[in-house]
Amino acid sequence: MSGYTVERWTRRSIVFSGVIAALLVILAAGPAIFPPGVTDRLTTLFIYIIIAAMWNALAGYGGLVSIGQQLFIGLGGYALIRLSNAGVSLYPALLLAVVLVGILALPIGELMLRLRGGEFAIGMWVLAELAHFTITLDPLIQGETGTSLIALNAFAPAARRADTYWMGLGLMIALLGTLFILLRGKIGAGVQAIRDDEIAAASVGVQVHNGKRVMFVLAAVGCAAAGAVNLASTISFQPQAFFGIQWTAYMLFMALVGGLGTFEGPIIGAVVFFAMETFFGATGVTYLIGLGVVALVFALFIPRGIWGFLETRFGLRLLPVGYVLKVPAADAAE
Amino acid sequence: MNFINQVIQGAMLGGFYALSACGLSFLFGVMRIINLAHGSLAILAAFLMVSLLNASNLSNILGDYGYLAPFIGLLVILPVMALIGWALQYLVLDRSLRAGPLIPVLSTFGVSIILDNGMFEAYGANSQSLGPAIGDLAYNSWSLTDTLTIGQLDALIFATAVIVLCGMQWLLAKTAIGRTIRATAEEPGVVELIGINPRLVFAVCAAIAVALTGLAGVALAMRTSFDPYAGGPLLIFAFETVVIGGIGSLWGTLIGGIVLGVAQNIGAEISPGGFLIAGHLTFLVILIFRTFGVLPKLSALTSRRAAA
Repeated sequence: MSGYTVERWTRRSIVFSGVIAALLVILAAGPAIFPPGVTDRLTTLFIYIIIAAMWNALAGYGGLVSIGQQLFIGLGGYALIRLSNAGVSLYPALLLAVVLVGILALPIGELMLRLRGGEFAIGMWVLAELAHFTITLDPLIQGETGTSLIALNAFAPAARRADTYWMGLGLMIALLGTLFILLRGKIGAGVQAIRDDEIAAASVGVQVHNGKRVMFVLAAVGCAAAGAVNLASTISFQPQAFFGIQWTAYMLFMALVGGLGTFEGPIIGAVVFFAMETFFGATGVTYLIGLGVVALVFALFIPRGIWGFLETRFGLRLLPVGYVLKVPAADAAE
Repeated sequence: MNFINQVIQGAMLGGFYALSACGLSFLFGVMRIINLAHGSLAILAAFLMVSLLNASNLSNILGDYGYLAPFIGLLVILPVMALIGWALQYLVLDRSLRAGPLIPVLSTFGVSIILDNGMFEAYGANSQSLGPAIGDLAYNSWSLTDTLTIGQLDALIFATAVIVLCGMQWLLAKTAIGRTIRATAEEPGVVELIGINPRLVFAVCAAIAVALTGLAGVALAMRTSFDPYAGGPLLIFAFETVVIGGIGSLWGTLIGGIVLGVAQNIGAEISPGGFLIAGHLTFLVILIFRTFGVLPKLSALTSRRAAA
């Protein structure tokens, strides 16, 4: 033994994981405990956490800034409308919609991942716009007017609210869990190396393209899930609302403020965003300007976000995504 | 005949796209930044022009020549936009550039959110236009044949695009400033050794780029109506123009604009919703062929021609 030990589970991260598990148990009982308004808002929070984490998977780990992830949010909603219209019952249709968009993301990724930097960013936006206008040609959607998820009428409001809530919670846990497992494995080590320095990562044999491809598809699946749950929660599908660039503004805000390239950051960012929306959302345009200002200030002065700042300042790591190197002297001091 | 007309009108529209791409392409060429606030800055210039004309009452003072007011207004608006570009460099871009490749995309997007919603707050949701301010010029046209006409404003904007592109070519190729800019774009670290301040050069470039963006915004406001959120489409079309034409090629920009404009007009001829779809599809198809190496790079073709 050289005296150094490498730890994954620190005592702190074990305790914290326990807290998270307890929180999830409480959330799972949500519809039974909370009043309807709170249940609906929490469903929205789950959607925000999903898209923040997915945007971070793409930008923070894959180094791919996209301003067109609303493509997948919109496609998720559209696929759900189409499947439901074709007679698939609602919640299986929701999951199927997510899978279908994930499959569609494979060829899209092959194409778009050949672009670099800003080209990729705007290229994704063009795709989102293209999908948006193409879908308005579908007679079912009736142009920009949109349509409603009629299948929801079959459910009583309370049951519908609870089911959608559980769907959102379940998908959030599944997606964050997948990201967590990926980050701890070989692909995770690879993408974290890409995040730090793409060229250096490639030079030591990291399969850069493969890592990016995995993050791209995961982000697409996640955004499709968010879009489908959003549709189940808001009922009406208006192309403008689902393919709107405001989603990108939200994702960027949450990931940037929480901390790009950290697992915990986007979750914190989503909670911050959710709180801001709850308290200031009614001020409309002023609130949006505020979002822009906060995002700009973080981009320029605190680019590592709230969590990145705390992590470097206090050496915190609550979820064991990476490894902690323990030096004997530090051990003795503890 | 209608088809030919659509192609000609599309090509004229391409002149406008080329003009709106100049600032974006210049900033990218020098600083390697894709300025996502590009469209919002153009719309800002258009709103500033509206405010200026309202406040100064210039149209009435000029009497019969009132339609010249927006053109005289450019003497104020373009320097103001240049100052905004200068400030943008020192306050946002400079810091972003040093923070890694992701940050400029994020920060300029932040700027665009602030500008769009700020303009909404200041000017409201109503769409506005400078069309009425330029009088007959907004709809006068020359007839080529009985069915083919060319709008005078379209021709003016097209000519402006060509002049701006020639001017940029001349500036970069023939002048001392141009050589400094090219050297700085190539090696910002090294030029410091020979006494050039790269931050100052970048500030000059940002000033030029944003002034050109302002010119595009005023052109947009003359030929159509706009609202506070019109910056997004302008950015997309400008970006498509740059990419179709080949990044870094000035004449490619003009060709790119024409290709995009013609594609959109043909799309509109096929179906009412086809304008945007055809434009975006053309962009994507060209992008795919280019990245897979099927099409030769337009920029390579044009630069070879320039060298010959």
